[in-house]
Amino acid sequence: MRARGKKAIIPGFGCSMGLTVAFVSLLILIPMASIVLEATRLGLSGFVRTVTDARVLAGYRVSFTCAFAAALLNCFFGLLLAWVLVRYRFPGRRLMDGLIELPFALPTAVAGIALTALYSDKGWIGSLFAPAGIKIAYAQAGIIIALTFVTIPFVVRTVQPVLEQLDKSYEEAGRILGASKTRIFFRIVFPEITPALLTGFGLAFARALGEYGSVVFIAGNMPFKTEIAPLLIMSKLEGFSYGEATAVALVMLAASFVIMFCINRVQAHASGFAGEL
Amino acid sequence: MSGKGKNAPRGASLWVPRLFIGISALFAAVMLILPLAVVLTEAFSSGLQVFLRAVSDIYARKALFLTLEATAASVFLNTVFGLAAAWVVTRYSFAGKGVLTTLIDIPFAVSPVIAGMIFILTFGRLSWLHPVLEEHGIRIVFATPGIILATVFVTIPFVAREVIPVLEARGTDEEQAAVLMGAGFFTIFRRVTFPHIRWALLYSVILCAARAMGEFGAVSVVSGHLRGKTNTLPLHVEILYSEYQFTAAFAVSSLLVAGAVIILTARNIVEFAARKEDSLNVH
Repeated sequence: MRARGKKAIIPGFGCSMGLTVAFVSLLILIPMASIVLEATRLGLSGFVRTVTDARVLAGYRVSFTCAFAAALLNCFFGLLLAWVLVRYRFPGRRLMDGLIELPFALPTAVAGIALTALYSDKGWIGSLFAPAGIKIAYAQAGIIIALTFVTIPFVVRTVQPVLEQLDKSYEEAGRILGASKTRIFFRIVFPEITPALLTGFGLAFARALGEYGSVVFIAGNMPFKTEIAPLLIMSKLEGFSYGEATAVALVMLAASFVIMFCINRVQAHASGFAGEL
Repeated sequence: MSGKGKNAPRGASLWVPRLFIGISALFAAVMLILPLAVVLTEAFSSGLQVFLRAVSDIYARKALFLTLEATAASVFLNTVFGLAAAWVVTRYSFAGKGVLTTLIDIPFAVSPVIAGMIFILTFGRLSWLHPVLEEHGIRIVFATPGIILATVFVTIPFVAREVIPVLEARGTDEEQAAVLMGAGFFTIFRRVTFPHIRWALLYSVILCAARAMGEFGAVSVVSGHLRGKTNTLPLHVEILYSEYQFTAAFAVSSLLVAGAVIILTARNIVEFAARKEDSLNVH
C-alpha cells in the first residue's frame, strides 16, 4: 500500500500505517473473524434452530422493546435537558451540565446495584410505588430504568451543540411574524435538531441493546419475562455451547450494524443539506 | 400584529422556563444523583469499621490492582494506536481508508458480551489456536491477558474518534510547510501537530480510562471469575452482591464512585480549558 497525492510528502506513513494495520488486524479483524468461523461450523439449520427457539425469541423481544422504550424516554428528557442547558441560565446549571456524563464514568455494575437498591420494594423510590402494587425492580420497568440511565448522555450531547449553534435570527423572524412559542419551536427549531435527535436516539438504542452490566442486577432474569439477549449469550457461553452463543450474537450484531448504517445515512443527509445552504 | 409574549404579564413568560428547569432538575436528581447517594449510604450503613474491612480485604486489593493494570494497558495501547490511526487517516490518502475508519468504530457497535465472546472463540479451548497456546503454556482466556485484551478492545475507538476530527479540521498545510523547511517526523509531530490535539487527546484518554475501569460485560465473559486472580473491581462487586454481602458490595462500589467523580471532574476541567483556549485563538 502506498500513500497517494500531494499529502505523501509528510513523513511517517510506513510506520503509522504499519502500526494501525497490525493493531486493527490483531485486535479487531481476527477476533471478529472467529465469529464467522464459528457460525460456519454451526451451519444454517443450527443457526435457525437456535434463534427461533422460544426462549431466545422472548429474549430478543425483551431486549428490543426495553431498549426502544429507553431510547424514546431519552429523546424526550435528553431534548429537554439540552434545551434547558443551552437556553436558560440558572443556579446549578454547570453542575447539571457536568453530571450528564456520569453514566459513562460510573461502572455499569455499580449503576446496576445502585438502581436495584433504589427501585426494589424496600428502596427509596421502589417503596413509594410498592403500596400501589407497582413493581419496578425485577420487572421490565426496571430494565427500562437501567437502560435509560446508561444512555442519558447520548441525546443530550448530540442535540446540545446543534442548539448552541442555531442561528437565532430565524426564531426572531418567526416571533416578529406573530408565531407562538410552540409554533416557533415545532416549525423552526425542531426541524433543525431532528438529525441530531435521530442520531442520539440511534446511538442510545444501539448501546441499550447490547447493555449487560447494569441490567442483570435489576432485571431478575426470569426466562421469557426479564431475560435480555446479552444474558442469553452469557449463559450459553458459561455452558460452553459456543455455537448457540454465536448464533444469538449474530442477530444482535446484525441489528447493531443496521442501526449504525441508519445513523450514517441520517448524518450524510444532514450534512448534505448543510452543504447546499 | 403585536407579539403575545410582550403584552402578557411577566409571571406568565417565566412559567415555562421554570417548569422546564424544574423537570430537568428533578430528572437529574432522581436519575443521576440518587444512585450515587444510595451507594454511599449503603456503603456506610453498617459503620466505618465494616466499610474499612470490605475495602482493605485482600481480594478487593487484588481486584483493584488488576483493574488499574487493565486500565493502564488500555490507555497506553489505545493512545499509541489512536494517534497512529488518526495520523494515517488524516495525513494521507490511500485505498481502503473508509474500511479502516469503519473497522475502528466496530467495538462501539458491539455488545460488551459479544466483545468478550470473540476472545473466547479466538483463544478458548475450542479454537484452532488453543493447541498451539497450550503447547507453549500460554493462558489467555480465564487469565489476566484475556481481561486486558477485552478491556483494550472495548476502548479502541475512544482516542482515534476524538483526535481524527480535530486533525481533519486543521488540514495538512502546517505539516507540509514544516517538511519543506526540513523537519523530520518527530519534530513535526511534537512541534506542529501535538499542540493542536493535546486537549482532544487528554479528553479522550480520560473517557477511555473511565470505560476501561468500569468495563463489566466483556471482562465478565473472559474472566472465569477466579477470585484473587482474574477479578477486577466491578467483578468483585458482582461476586459480593451475589453472596448477599450487600454492605461490602456497596463499600467496594464507593471506591468506583470516587473514581467516577474524579474522572467527571477531570473531564469538565479539560473541556473548560479547551474552550477557553479555543476562544482565545479565534478572537
